[in-house]
Amino acid sequence: MSTFVIAYYALLIGGSCLAAYFKKRELFLLIFSLTLVSFVMGIIGGVGALRFVTIAAGILALAAGTSYAFREFLIIIAPEGVAKELRTAPLTAAFGMFVIFTYAIAGIFAPVIAPFGEAEVISSAFAPADENMLLGADQLGRDMFSRIIYGARNSVGLALIATTLAFVMGAFAGLLAATKGGWFDQFMGRFADVIMSVPSLIFALLMLSIFGTNLAVIVVVVAVIYSPRVFRLTRAVAGNVVVMDYIEAAKLRGEGTWYLIRKEILPNSTAPLIAEFGLEFCFVFLLIAGLSFLGLGIQPPTADWGSMVRENATLISFGELTPLIPAAAIALLTVAVNFVVDWMLFRSSGLKEV
Amino acid sequence: MVPKKDVLLEIKDLRIEGYSDEKWVEIVHGVDLTLHKGEVLGLIGESGAGKSTIGLASMGFARDGCRISGGSIEFDGMELTTTPESALRALRGSRIAYVAQSAAASFNPSHKIIDQHTEAPIQYRIQKRVEAQEDAMQLYERLRLPNPDEIGFRYPHQVSGGQLQRAMTAMAMACRPDLIIFDEPTTALDVTTQIEVLAAIRDIVDQFNTAAIYITHDLAVVAQMADTIKVLLKGEEVEEAPTAQMLDSPKEDYTKSLWAVRSFKRPQKQRPTGADAIPIISVQGIDAAYGKTKVLDDVSFDIYPGMTVAVVGESGSGKSTTARCITGLLPPTKGQILFNGEALPPRYQDRSKEQLRQAQMIYQMADTALNPKIRICDIIGRPAQFYSGLHGTALKSRVDELLDLIELDPAKFYNRYPPELSGGQKQRVGIARALAADPKFIICDEVTSALDQLVAEGILKLLDRLQQEFNLAYMFITHDLATVRSIADEVVVMQRGKVVEQGPKDEMFTPPHHPYTDLLLSSVPEMDPNWLTTLLDERGTDAIGEAANV
Amino acid sequence: MGDILQLVLKRLGLGLVTLLVVSILIFFAVELLPGDIAQAVLGQGATPETVAALRDKLGLDQPAIFRYFQWLGGALTGDFGVSLVSGVSVGDAIGERFVNTLFLATYAAVIAVPISIILGVIVALLRNTLFDRVANVATLTSISSPEFFLGYILILYLAVKTQYFPAIASISPDMTFGELLHRTFLPALTLVLVVTAHMMRMTRAAIINLLASPYIEMARLKGVPPWKIIVKHALPNAWAPIINVVALNLAYLITGVVLVEVVFVYPGIGQLLVDAVAKRDFPIVQACCLIFAATFILLNLAADVGAILTNPRLRHPK
Repeated sequence: MSTFVIAYYALLIGGSCLAAYFKKRELFLLIFSLTLVSFVMGIIGGVGALRFVTIAAGILALAAGTSYAFREFLIIIAPEGVAKELRTAPLTAAFGMFVIFTYAIAGIFAPVIAPFGEAEVISSAFAPADENMLLGADQLGRDMFSRIIYGARNSVGLALIATTLAFVMGAFAGLLAATKGGWFDQFMGRFADVIMSVPSLIFALLMLSIFGTNLAVIVVVVAVIYSPRVFRLTRAVAGNVVVMDYIEAAKLRGEGTWYLIRKEILPNSTAPLIAEFGLEFCFVFLLIAGLSFLGLGIQPPTADWGSMVRENATLISFGELTPLIPAAAIALLTVAVNFVVDWMLFRSSGLKEV
Repeated sequence: MVPKKDVLLEIKDLRIEGYSDEKWVEIVHGVDLTLHKGEVLGLIGESGAGKSTIGLASMGFARDGCRISGGSIEFDGMELTTTPESALRALRGSRIAYVAQSAAASFNPSHKIIDQHTEAPIQYRIQKRVEAQEDAMQLYERLRLPNPDEIGFRYPHQVSGGQLQRAMTAMAMACRPDLIIFDEPTTALDVTTQIEVLAAIRDIVDQFNTAAIYITHDLAVVAQMADTIKVLLKGEEVEEAPTAQMLDSPKEDYTKSLWAVRSFKRPQKQRPTGADAIPIISVQGIDAAYGKTKVLDDVSFDIYPGMTVAVVGESGSGKSTTARCITGLLPPTKGQILFNGEALPPRYQDRSKEQLRQAQMIYQMADTALNPKIRICDIIGRPAQFYSGLHGTALKSRVDELLDLIELDPAKFYNRYPPELSGGQKQRVGIARALAADPKFIICDEVTSALDQLVAEGILKLLDRLQQEFNLAYMFITHDLATVRSIADEVVVMQRGKVVEQGPKDEMFTPPHHPYTDLLLSSVPEMDPNWLTTLLDERGTDAIGEAANV
Repeated sequence: MGDILQLVLKRLGLGLVTLLVVSILIFFAVELLPGDIAQAVLGQGATPETVAALRDKLGLDQPAIFRYFQWLGGALTGDFGVSLVSGVSVGDAIGERFVNTLFLATYAAVIAVPISIILGVIVALLRNTLFDRVANVATLTSISSPEFFLGYILILYLAVKTQYFPAIASISPDMTFGELLHRTFLPALTLVLVVTAHMMRMTRAAIINLLASPYIEMARLKGVPPWKIIVKHALPNAWAPIINVVALNLAYLITGVVLVEVVFVYPGIGQLLVDAVAKRDFPIVQACCLIFAATFILLNLAADVGAILTNPRLRHPK
């Protein structure tokens, strides 16, 4: 028994006693079940497993602390109305916002942050990390860290453009279909059904095999694939607004379609649409990452997370973590956006009692 | 003083909290309630008064997102706030039963009615399945359900709303409980169906000497059902008294305002005569259909300038559809609508701006009639800007003028958003929006039915004043006869898409009537506590059973 | 029963039409290719003779509509033409691989469906507790991770560092079933992780939605014990949403399978598709797309038909 193990169990048991004493039922259950799990893990995995738990807990605590501080920071700098909303944000959402903020900084200031250019060959292939290269070199001897930073700009930027395009097309068609109704609505609905009846990745592969893999094609294809989803949601949201008496009143006044959409429907649909933008972004981002991983997305030498995973995958068989970093970067951003969206959906659904 | 041993339920200082915006907020602030065996207590109040919450709390139950935070609930010597959940469960369904507002939603769609009925008696081992089923059939018969031996073997969606509500009352009776909570059991029903359910509930509660808490927002209904009435407002008790006393001499101002029978009544106007008198709106033999379902059948009536025509009927009678035809939202399949003697294009899209301006509409639910994201000044200002091209200071002074007309202070309301306003204020803004177009004719679709009596009366007075001032013609769609009495000049009675009777108001309120008008007029509950008894005597119980089973 | 039959037939008809439209889309998308297909496939450096030979092989002289019906007729009998690159019959190239893909998807589904539905119901019953929140964060994280991320993590920890399972899921027909399950465990587990998260969330939402209905409150107010509320009052009405959840996620598996096959070098139809896309081998791309789309459409169809068949209002018409 090392001192680490003794301290480990002392902390857990002390923590659960404190939780029980202060009648924090859920906290107690959490800590005590962790204690029990640790017994099993300790027996199977030895001290290593316990250290792993400690490190994981430490990272979680750090993330929670950062999120808390970031939320407080946002509350202070935000205007009155927004600050009130932010106070209700759970730590997960605050964490999400912090991650998005960090990525935005990395993407915008990539050339300043990255020590080397994205296509700059500076050492031998798969060179290990040294004081020059934080994460070592990739299969062509380019700095991994710099490429990850540039990847934030390329991968996220491309996904943002594609999402925006999908959103503009889908939302506009959806609003128009809801307002106009009739055959236009029917036709658009059927059209969206057909596109959505082909799995998105398969559709993308088909289109890329035909039109080749340049950036413009990827953006347009991805936008076409995802715009029906946006269309459906917008149609549903706007459909709920269109049946309101105030829309009828405006129609009977003789207002045109454009006025109805802009002044009457859109202001009442923004909250779910913003949340949907986040969700769509996740789907688009994952799809493009998947395409890049398959070698059919963003083409070299442009730094891109999906292709970086593919190019460095061989390192994994040597037990190296490096190729997983770009993959983790993808996952982290998607998780972050999802956390924020989850909170926004919860806010706008009004189902607080459920 | 009633001896203590007769007390069935005693609630003291009940406090209930609801969870909203990440914190607990008190929604019931210390209510006391005493109920004796066999007594019926009416709980009345507006929505948000906490009456359902209190009703459920008397079963020791709080909905998800609510919790009983203080006070005591003693049921037959048992303190429910400290009783464990399993013991409470044993009480529910056997000794305290519940009848929900919407029977259609509260019966499980996957099981037959009788299986849901017998669930509790079998579970509590009061009866075996066969006995329980026979008992159910007897109860169905007592509640005058058609085919009592067979109806229970149907699924809920195969039975009409009024019958389902009676089946639910029967289900509540299954274990012969000491107390039944009726939570707005007739609110979702039409007036003619409501009578039958009310009569059935009253009968069965009488027969088994069951105590009941009857929750409703309808005074006239509670007057028929309850021995004692308790008035609630925003989670607090206003006052409590025996029914007769409460109706005769309410003490509190709030209660008085609820009781205020429409004092407002304006003199009835006569149709203008002479060759040059043409109706502002003339509906001529229109038919209309939603898809293949015909909803209007040869509807005709005229509305003259400066007059108010009330269109009455139950839901599904076609009164709102008629309004949709007039406004052009639903083009009629046959017939035409004349405006000032000129035929209007059937579709609103084909009408000129001028034609659209002349006919305006005021809606029932001011909540959905005003865009929550647009400021009051823009809501009212838009028609003025759209039709008359006003802008800048001219527009502002027009909006101020309109706000003055509807008795809202421009300085206070100009920049507000609809969600910040009360129900009555919103309805006034709705009126101002219609007025802003400077119309000749306004359709008022149940404009007062979502409002409290006093507020509603204010709206009616305002509408009347505006009518005098601008010589407006109103088409007043309503199911409330008190409203008809106070404001109408002429009445049109509709049933199943047809006009069954029409004429000047005074004629319509003096017999003889068309049989349907008679049924409709007599079915509307009145404040008199003996109204239901008298009515049932007049109609004969059998006749009424049939009327409601249609 | 007339109504219900009519609804099912209508839905089946709609599914068939969708399938037809999708097949048109897949076939004619290739026709959108700017310029001559044969030229595009062979590249600018090809001699006129080889281009002409390929044109002849593809039957490009005939009108597109004629070739479409020929292709569709062939597809119905399993004949998808010949690969442009290798010259082998597309049907042969796909055949065995399609079975492999189905095996992998079934393997994942058999594990994922029961686990996720049970967990989903549990999470729904424990809603708003700490357990629910932890599950929420965990499932969100799992959904947000690309399949290849999960796949490589599993390879790193379960294959490279501990060597419990092989990192490459190569299989051969002479393996025993147990060996097969062991070899394909990691790709299956990757799919399970992603799909389970999706399914749990959807099951949770469906059950919570159901538990909010007035008839559940009525049952509680009748004193029905909690287990009986779930079994007797909630479950009979939960089939439609649950069938829906399962079918949608099985459909989702199809997309996931492509990436997972590439990560684990699994000889399935997904990998074939990816290779064919890179080589612009259109007959194979079209055939694979049609198979994936058809499976996807059929599963969605099954979900809708299941929902119709379990709807009590439709099963017992007035």
